[in-house]
Amino acid sequence: MNKTTLKISGLRAKIENKEILKGLNLTIKSGEIHAIMGPNGSGKSTLCNVLMNHPKYEVTGGSVTLDDQNLLEMETDERAHKGLFLAFQHPIEIPGVTFANFLRLAKNANKKEKAIGPADFHKVLKKSLGTLKMNDTFAERFVNAGLSGGERKRAEIVQMSILKPRIALLDEIDSGLDIDALRVVAKGINDIFEKEKPAILIITHYQRILNHIKPHFVHIMSDGKIIKSGTGALAHELEKHGYEKYVK
Amino acid sequence: MAVPTQTKKLIDTTFGTYKFGFRTHVASAFKSPKGLNEKVVRKLSERKEEPKWMLDFRLRALEIFEQKPLPQWGADLSKIDFENLHYYIMPPEKGMKNWGDVNPEIAKAFSLLGIPQAEKKFLAATSAQFESEVVYSSLHEALSKQGVIFDSTDNALKNHPEFFKEYFGKIIPSNDNKFAALNSAVWSGGTFIYVPKGVEVALPLQAYFRMNSDNMGQFERTLIIADEGSKVHYIEGCTAPVSSANSLHAAVVEIIVKKNARVQYTTLQDWAHNIYNLVTKRAYAYENAEMFWLDCNIGSHVTMKYPAIYLMGRGARGEVQSLAFSGKNQHQDAGAKIIHAAPDTSSIINSKSISKSGGRTTYRGLLKVAKGAHNIKAKINCDALLLDSDSRSDTYPTNIIEEDDVNIAHEATVSKIGEEQMFYLRSRGLSEQEAGSMIVNGFADPIIKHLPMEYAVELNRLIEMEMTGSVG
Repeated sequence: MNKTTLKISGLRAKIENKEILKGLNLTIKSGEIHAIMGPNGSGKSTLCNVLMNHPKYEVTGGSVTLDDQNLLEMETDERAHKGLFLAFQHPIEIPGVTFANFLRLAKNANKKEKAIGPADFHKVLKKSLGTLKMNDTFAERFVNAGLSGGERKRAEIVQMSILKPRIALLDEIDSGLDIDALRVVAKGINDIFEKEKPAILIITHYQRILNHIKPHFVHIMSDGKIIKSGTGALAHELEKHGYEKYVK
Repeated sequence: MAVPTQTKKLIDTTFGTYKFGFRTHVASAFKSPKGLNEKVVRKLSERKEEPKWMLDFRLRALEIFEQKPLPQWGADLSKIDFENLHYYIMPPEKGMKNWGDVNPEIAKAFSLLGIPQAEKKFLAATSAQFESEVVYSSLHEALSKQGVIFDSTDNALKNHPEFFKEYFGKIIPSNDNKFAALNSAVWSGGTFIYVPKGVEVALPLQAYFRMNSDNMGQFERTLIIADEGSKVHYIEGCTAPVSSANSLHAAVVEIIVKKNARVQYTTLQDWAHNIYNLVTKRAYAYENAEMFWLDCNIGSHVTMKYPAIYLMGRGARGEVQSLAFSGKNQHQDAGAKIIHAAPDTSSIINSKSISKSGGRTTYRGLLKVAKGAHNIKAKINCDALLLDSDSRSDTYPTNIIEEDDVNIAHEATVSKIGEEQMFYLRSRGLSEQEAGSMIVNGFADPIIKHLPMEYAVELNRLIEMEMTGSVG
């Protein structure tokens, strides 16, 4: 499979006139797992939202390319078609729309592959739900409606396993998960990584998910910038010393 | 409705935009001159060879119509030009028991609309009205052997006059409102149904109403009598060609649901966006009977319609589920009326509306608990979804409660289509339009799920078409 590269250079972005990203540089490639760690308010979630083109954020400078194409000129759905995926920190409810129907239409919206019918899709979905230890009945439940925080996070990974992104941004996928659920989610992510070799960017406050998913690179983010990058060992150092050592 | 996909494709490619907007070219057998007066009413009644009492009924109604002012509430009706309408257009007369006997051009139109196809697949009876007259009507033989009557209201008046003396104009008297009076004066066509005691009709009965000419009024009159312990589901669909001239549709529907009987009346209204749709619908439900209105208004320029249920006997139940979609230059002023006139009765009103591109929806409802109606349960829920800031939705609920031991729950919500929902769906690769349709269909799902599957699919498609803005 061809390598996919997402290159972020000097990215600046604001929300309601407040600048959040202040010249961020980061390059990630398929087959790599990156983790961005940082204190609250450092701009980690903003980065995910800006990369996916959330309408509330405005890019004020810098560039982002996906395999040399200008990502910032693309609509949100176009970015998805190019292989970008965001696992949401707070997945929202869509009442009246079943998970199976939503996900099949999403799968078929990316017209690179032949459209999949409801019967075949049901089999694929059932398998994926099983991997994430979710009951079959989730297929016919409305998207995220009445799901616990942990179930929503698992459902995000089910979507990732079916949509098969080239670049996956996982925004605090570990928050609100108990230790068993964390294991299940981490295994789901590891399985996808082994099979599809996408680029994965894990955004997290805590080191604990990195006990289950081994990142190749760890970055520390503070005040809208990456202030230090290193290998997986950096996460352990952070755990020992806290952010204070790095954040001025 | 329930148009087969093949047919739909043909219509889409042939006519584009509003897919039912094609026009049939057929000479009418008779057309009353524009305008309404005693002469028009007399001529109409004469052509129909009606008994004198019906002519008298019409003439009294005409007087009431002329005396009553336009309603000063609800949608704007000031642009209706009553002088510029043909009140009666009679299609060429032919046999009406076989499609082969129907005028070929008219039969073709209904075939394009998928009516004979649906009839074969899942209907117990089918009728088709073109302009002012029913041109086709057919009932499964097994049902007619059980004593079920399904016919045009005109034929039924000739063949079963006893029902008319007892029920016609009794549920909705001519002086009920201006448009009930108008219908009573010039009614033509519509469906008459009688279901005998204990007969349960499993498959739906369907009537399809088609307006083909410009500047016409269609005034069908429907009377349904479900005798004790019987069950029936009636579905009506409506479409018209796109034209620049405003036409008027003013129907009257009267329903009697006797002890232990159940009637479901389903409407899929998709008139072209230049039609005034002003309809009076009312049902009386007696002891332990159940009346269910499922009312979907997608088309028309202006709709004013508030299906009503009078709960007349102990233990009667009434339910109104309604869905309204208003796009550019549309106003759906719809709702429900429930009158609890007997003890131990219960009712549900669930209304959902969607407004887009400057469209306007209004929920207007009445809940009345009469003196002596003890132990009442009523639930009212109204949800409005606004797709943009140009669109508008209003809610006017009226409750008149004359007893103490009532249990009433009322909820109303207005929501804008969520930016976060759109972002979520688009992040999964759905286009703005696909995401919008998905959210809207999800919002409408609690209503749509009451439809038979074929119609649910059709309604989902209609909503998608409205969402793409290719209509009107």
